[in-house]
Formats: sequence, structure tokens, C-alpha cells
Amino acid sequence: MNMMSEAAVEKALDQKMNSVPYKMIGKDVSVYYGEKRALFDVNLNVRENTVTALIGPSGCGKSTFLRTLNRMNDTIDNCRVTGKITLDEDDIYDPNIDVVELRARVGMVFQKPNPFPKSIYDNVTYGPKIHGLARTKAEFDQIVELSLQKAGLWNEVKDRLHEPGTGLSGGQQQRLCIARAVAVSPEVILMDEPCSALDPIATAKVEELIHELRANYTIVIVTHSMQQAARVSQRTAMFHLGNLVEENDTDKMFTNPDDQRTQDYIMGRFG
Amino acid sequence: MSSSHIVSVYDEDLKYLSRRISEMGGLAEQMVADSVRALVNADLALAQKVISDDVVLDEAERQIGEKAIITIAKRQPMAADLREIMGSIRIAADLERVGDLGKNTAKRVIAVANSSLPRQLARGLEHLAELALMQLKEVLDVYASRSPEKANSIRERDSEIDAIYTSLFRELLTYMMEDPRNITPCTHLLFCAKNIERIGDHATNIAETIYYMATGAAPVGERPKDDTANTVGAIGN
Repeated sequence: MNMMSEAAVEKALDQKMNSVPYKMIGKDVSVYYGEKRALFDVNLNVRENTVTALIGPSGCGKSTFLRTLNRMNDTIDNCRVTGKITLDEDDIYDPNIDVVELRARVGMVFQKPNPFPKSIYDNVTYGPKIHGLARTKAEFDQIVELSLQKAGLWNEVKDRLHEPGTGLSGGQQQRLCIARAVAVSPEVILMDEPCSALDPIATAKVEELIHELRANYTIVIVTHSMQQAARVSQRTAMFHLGNLVEENDTDKMFTNPDDQRTQDYIMGRFG
Repeated sequence: MSSSHIVSVYDEDLKYLSRRISEMGGLAEQMVADSVRALVNADLALAQKVISDDVVLDEAERQIGEKAIITIAKRQPMAADLREIMGSIRIAADLERVGDLGKNTAKRVIAVANSSLPRQLARGLEHLAELALMQLKEVLDVYASRSPEKANSIRERDSEIDAIYTSLFRELLTYMMEDPRNITPCTHLLFCAKNIERIGDHATNIAETIYYMATGAAPVGERPKDDTANTVGAIGN
């Protein structure tokens, strides 16, 4: 009865989504670890103020792709990246680009919470210090409060800022790592399975946080939890054997994906 | 449905739903057929059986709903699996309504049994029921095959039932105008006809659900409608 109008609504939403500008553009991205090729000409664009989820079975290349976005692969000796990745207009593999500055613009949160063995306060101010984002104690204080607030951790730790970050619970540590990433005012935040070491409550808090951070940042998240991808993202990209299989609106991806391999993977079937 | 789940019990959960739907379909079909037979032959015992069968159908719907909810909670189904489970819930609800309509027809048998109405009317009802039952049977076959093309073709045929219903409506009006003593039985028959016509609508609903289960999209275009009974008697008709 309302079939046409629903379709019209969907189309309007699609158009809205399609009009969101790209923050990062990956063109023909391939990655080699020595002789082994891990990614095959991936063309994947990341939209601004959007959560993009990367899913796929282990070893499919989703984390590898994530790491190309802030050149984390540089830290692996025999790793080689071809193709082109731009952040706004800048080619991030341009030899003249400052990698440290790039990683300030494209921050990262890892699977296991990895706070520095320092105080909560120092964990947050570490990045801003390196990048010279603040000078006076008042300025640092402000960054700490703001970052912890953005990470939804302020109320829990404001009375013990000088205690070690490693003394927090796993979920709090992960949010501290997010606060640390946020402290240098990045434009893009990469998250590599940020909740896989957390319990459901801590996971829910991080997901809530992702939802809030989306207003100010562009987020790319790798997750093994299909439900999490469905919950937190607006766009989803499915990787398989180093190839990008499908990239689609998250709602479409989890109700009616186009590709059979996506279908099999998200439904937990044999391919 | 090309491959099975890594967790094999999951497949069993889905198979359970699909089997129970087929069972419900068979019972609903039989109830409708029995109710019309009871009406035409003034068979009170058969009408009573239809009424008691409805309890079984209601219970089946409840069990399917429960299994569906548990499966959703346990397995967090995605894509085609999710559509399959949501579809089961909807189809079970449609079939339960079909059973209710059969039961309602059966309840009217007593009221109509004592009056003498022309055989012609009964035949009209029988013909309407045949068409509705054929549609129900076909839609259940399509459910087994999950073919979106066939689901669409069933959807397009509902207009035939609607047209016959409209002509029965006119016929019943004529009898009532001829002799006011016909009004009571004819009104009951009118409800029976409406019940049967509604069964066609439920079959169409089920076809649409199957289409959605198979493709993830709603069928394109308006549902065909030839039921003009709602305007019979209006000026110009």
C-alpha cells in the first residue's frame, strides 16, 4: 500500500548519503608483505562524518586496508603499498608528507587497550605535547578535560587523573585510548576491533561513544561482530581474500546484500 | 538457501519454522474447504469440527511466534535468514486469520441450515471457495519453492476472486429484495462470501511476504483490485 512511498523515502536517504563528501579516497590500493599480496586493487572511499565498518573473515585484508589509511604499514619492514590514498586533497603516500602529522590527522585505536604506563593525565597529554598543541598547564588541563569528556570517561576519572592509566578497567582503558586519540584533534579515527576485548556493557559504552564522535570525526572501524557493524556504521565494506567484495549502505548490507559472498558471511553460512 | 549454516542447529531452527508453516497451511486449507462444505450441505457436525480445529491452528501460530523470537534472540539472524524468520511470523499470522475466517463461516452454518435457499447460490459460494482454496494451495506451494516469480503471479490473480465476490453480492441483494424472509440467511451468506474473499486477500499477503523473503524487496506496483462490491447500490451502479 505504501510501497512506492517507502521506496521514495529510501531513495531520498540514499541520495542524502551519496551526497556526503569523501574524506579519504582509496584508489587501486594493493598491499604486499614481501612476496605475498594481501590486498588487490581496492577502491574504497570513506565518507565524511560517517562511520564506515570493514568486515570480512580473518585474513581478508580489512585490517591491512585500515592500516594503509594512516600508514601504519610503514612500521612493517617488508610491507609495500601501491595505489593512491588521499586525505582531503593530500596524497598520504607522497614522499614529502610528514607521517607524524598524518597520524595526528588520522588517529588510531587498537584492539587491545594499550594505555602508556603513565598517569591518565599524561596519557591524554602525550600527543598534544609531541605535536606542540598546547604550552601552559591550563591549556593541557583543558585538553585533558575535553578529551576525556568526549570519550565519556571524565566523570569516572576526574578525581584520579594522576593515577596510572593501566589501573583502569578494560573498558575504561579503551575509552582512555580513544580520549588519547581525540586529544590531538584528528580528522579521522581508525578503530581496529576496539571492542573485542571488552564485556557487553563496556562495548555498549564504546558504541555509544562512536555514535557521538561521528558528529565531529570520520570513523573507520574494523569489527568481527556483524551486529556491531550493523549497529554503529552507516556504510559497510566487505572484504574477502584481499578483495573488496561489496560496499553498501549498512541497512542494505545486513538485510539484503548484493553479493553472495557477503550474504554467506553475514549469515554464518559455508561459502 | 544455497549452503547450510556453520552452526547446524541454526538450520534446524529454520527448518522447524518452515515445516510448521506448511502444517498450518494444510490445516487452514482443510478448515476452509470443510466450512464451505458444511455450509452447502448444512452439515452441523462438520461445522463443529472446523470450530474445534481452530484451536489447533491458533496454538500453532503461537508456537511459531515463540520459536521465531527465540531464534532471533539466540542467533541474531542477518539478511535472508532475518527475512525468513520475519516472514514466518507474518505468514503464520495470515494463516491464523484464514482459519478464523473458516471458523466464522462454520458458525453461520446453523443459521443458514434451516432456510431453503436456491442451489444456485450455494454453487456460487462453492465456486468462490474453489478459487480461494486454489490460490491458498498455490501460495503454499510457492512457499515451499520460495520462487519470487510465482509469488508475483499469484498476487496478480486475486482480482478474479474479487470479481466473483462482487457478482455474488449483487445476487444476494436480489434475493433479499425479492422476499424479506431471505434477508437473514442471505446476510449470513454475504458474510460467508466476504470471509472467503478475505481468504484470497490473505493468500495474496502471503505471496507478497514470500516475494519479500526471496528478494528483500516489496513487489512492485499496486495490488490488482476488482472488488467493486463497496460501490454496489451507489448511484450509477
